[in-house]
Amino acid sequence: MGARLDSAAAGTANYVDERTSIGGFFKFFARKLFPDHWSFMLGEIALYSFIVLLLSGVFLTAFFVPSMTEVTYDGPLATMQGVEMSEAFASTLHMSFEVPGGLLMRQIHHWSALLFTAAIVTHMARVFFTGAFRKPRELNWLVGFTLMILSLAAGFSGYSLPDDVLSGNGLRIIEGVTRSIPIVGEYISYWIFGGQFPGEILIPRLFTMHILLVPGLILVLVALHLFLVFLHKHTQYPGGGRTHKNVVGLPLFPVYTAKAGGFFFVVFGIVALVAALFTINPVWNYGPYDPSPVSAGTQPDWYILFVDGALRLMPGWLFDVIPMEWELWGYTLSLNLLIPALIMPGLFFGFVALYPWIESWATGDRGEKHVLDRPRNAPVRTGIGVALITFYVILVMEGSNDIIANLFHLSLNDLTKFFRIGIFVIPALAFWITRRICFGLQRKDRELVLHGKETGRIVRHEHGEYVEVHEPLTDQERWMLVSYEDIAPLEIEPEYNDRGVRRKGYRWDRFKQRLSRIYFEKRISPVTPEELAEAQHAHH
Amino acid sequence: MNALARHRYHRAAPVVLVLLLLAIIAGVAAAVSTASSADAATTATADDVTQGQKLFAANCASCHGLDAQGTTGVAPSLVGVGAAAVDFQVGTGRMPMQASGPQAIAKRPQFTQDQINQLAAYVASLGAGPAIPTAEQVDPALGDPAKGMELFRTNCAMCHGSIGGGGALTQGKYAPNLWETTPTHIFEAMLTGPQSMPVFNNANIDPEGKRDIIAYLKAQDQGSPGGLRLGSIGPVAEGMWGWLVALGLIIASTVWIGARSS
Repeated sequence: MGARLDSAAAGTANYVDERTSIGGFFKFFARKLFPDHWSFMLGEIALYSFIVLLLSGVFLTAFFVPSMTEVTYDGPLATMQGVEMSEAFASTLHMSFEVPGGLLMRQIHHWSALLFTAAIVTHMARVFFTGAFRKPRELNWLVGFTLMILSLAAGFSGYSLPDDVLSGNGLRIIEGVTRSIPIVGEYISYWIFGGQFPGEILIPRLFTMHILLVPGLILVLVALHLFLVFLHKHTQYPGGGRTHKNVVGLPLFPVYTAKAGGFFFVVFGIVALVAALFTINPVWNYGPYDPSPVSAGTQPDWYILFVDGALRLMPGWLFDVIPMEWELWGYTLSLNLLIPALIMPGLFFGFVALYPWIESWATGDRGEKHVLDRPRNAPVRTGIGVALITFYVILVMEGSNDIIANLFHLSLNDLTKFFRIGIFVIPALAFWITRRICFGLQRKDRELVLHGKETGRIVRHEHGEYVEVHEPLTDQERWMLVSYEDIAPLEIEPEYNDRGVRRKGYRWDRFKQRLSRIYFEKRISPVTPEELAEAQHAHH
Repeated sequence: MNALARHRYHRAAPVVLVLLLLAIIAGVAAAVSTASSADAATTATADDVTQGQKLFAANCASCHGLDAQGTTGVAPSLVGVGAAAVDFQVGTGRMPMQASGPQAIAKRPQFTQDQINQLAAYVASLGAGPAIPTAEQVDPALGDPAKGMELFRTNCAMCHGSIGGGGALTQGKYAPNLWETTPTHIFEAMLTGPQSMPVFNNANIDPEGKRDIIAYLKAQDQGSPGGLRLGSIGPVAEGMWGWLVALGLIIASTVWIGARSS
């Protein structure tokens, strides 16, 4: 039986190969080496939750009616009996309460959307903190960044589709923010909504965006993202024998194919479990969209919450003196919307997108980097990363200020006052503290390399001196602690040459030098072989 | 002993056990649901008013004044607030107030229903005000939950949340969760506007509308068809669970899968 099966498999493979020459591809991919680490699977979580989104999304499109035509509800839900609603909302109720498995599919879809965005952010954080965005991967960082933005677009457009009160309020905010753009805002808003908000055309438009445009772009960019991973080869964590010129790992087939294939089912299983146990987006609680009501606890899904938080944080009057809304030549300039909802996210995301270049200006290093940094060995980068996360988390907390106030019996007003100052102070503190912790860890590493591990064993010498016995590190351990690069601040050529002529590009160089000093002025260098030899000599 | 062991492995044993378990559950549920029915709206007598006045003098007068005329800056006058206000404030334990703070906190009532009725009769005797509703006025079975949903959404949800899960107000005040509140107390709260709540008098929302709202709130007792409802406070709770539970479990499994390497 086994032999017959084998020959059948071989026969089929041969049949296909003779007609497509696909065997060569398979050999290439199967032998491709990958380093192993759990944190390399974070991107995979995003990919798999995207596949779950596609699968469950196809099911939902079979029942969803993207139409804003008003109908009267007549279904099993007592609290909606005879209520006027759009067909979009009615079909969402229909698929939730009348289609077998429909509610589970909706909840799987929504939970995996939350997971998709969360996994992307976590993956991005891993890439950031380990320096995996450095040359040659800057472009792939941009591809990944664009995927993150697209995931927000996919999420928000899907969140708005059921046409319920909660998401309608979200769209109302988007409309207000769009209209705050000077001069063209009003036109853009009319263009998006096909007239006055909410209009009758938005849901079909969002539907096309949600099921065709955005997922199509995501698919193309995911393909490009993975292609670039193959092209660049995967990065690896520092360790014995690992350099910028090699990859230490296992072949894709059979170990990784089995692990990755199995992991898909782990992700799908956990999403299905969560979706089966926990309600998400109960649109039947919110009711069909109607512009007048807004309920307590009106918030967007977590990935847009930081913008909501910024809007809540922004004072209408600065220090109660300077108004944030101006009438200029008959136009209204709403800085209280423009700054938190457009300028802040623009600067935040712009900085994140451009970060690989900012850091390369500071290092001035043109070499390819395939070995990852341990976060402690890039103290300023790690500090910046933690500061960005802190900034983001404060905005998310301000976006949830009513929930926090209610849960912990605090005053909503005091919380907002606290965050208004905290948004400037706490990220700076987080940067400073993180950098200090990194330096401390680097000093500890130096100490370990120079003097070995403490054993807790105290020995008394004949002449009465007490010493603790230190156990030297193994070569592998030492490699890990000393292999990082010691980057000195940039040295630039002087402003004037010896004939007194001003050099072109001096200002740009000076900017890079200043940046470089921020990064590397204060640094802990790795132990050199000479220092190690000296330390060992001193011991013996 | 042998006989017991034989019976334990009998073919019908699992069925019998399941039936027994179901019977226990049904019995407990029946006991619990009958225990929570109460009767209201008894007619007050002159004796009730006298008894109520005594209770008032002993427990309320220190803040509200001996004639319930109120004390400036401490407690409002109770002339004309009606029996409904007393039944709500004292019946939910908000009064007598435990401590001053942003708002009076609901706690275990300090008086029996009879004493509350006496207090209510006394306060009602001071001036005309809304009366305690009858059992029929607050019966959720007679209300239309769909109409209640629309009324609740326009009038209540901005503070109490979309299905009455509660929400924050300014300066540490809050709109409480309504799931445990009795129909009578919900009705009285609308009628009298306790704490920061506005008054929804019968011209504003008619008594049938109030009953519809009660029907909508009581429809939430069945729980969510989607599973545990995470407090029904909206996407913030969902986001937190997404990060902590879904992503947390998955990252834990990546660590497990990657444990034997690097």
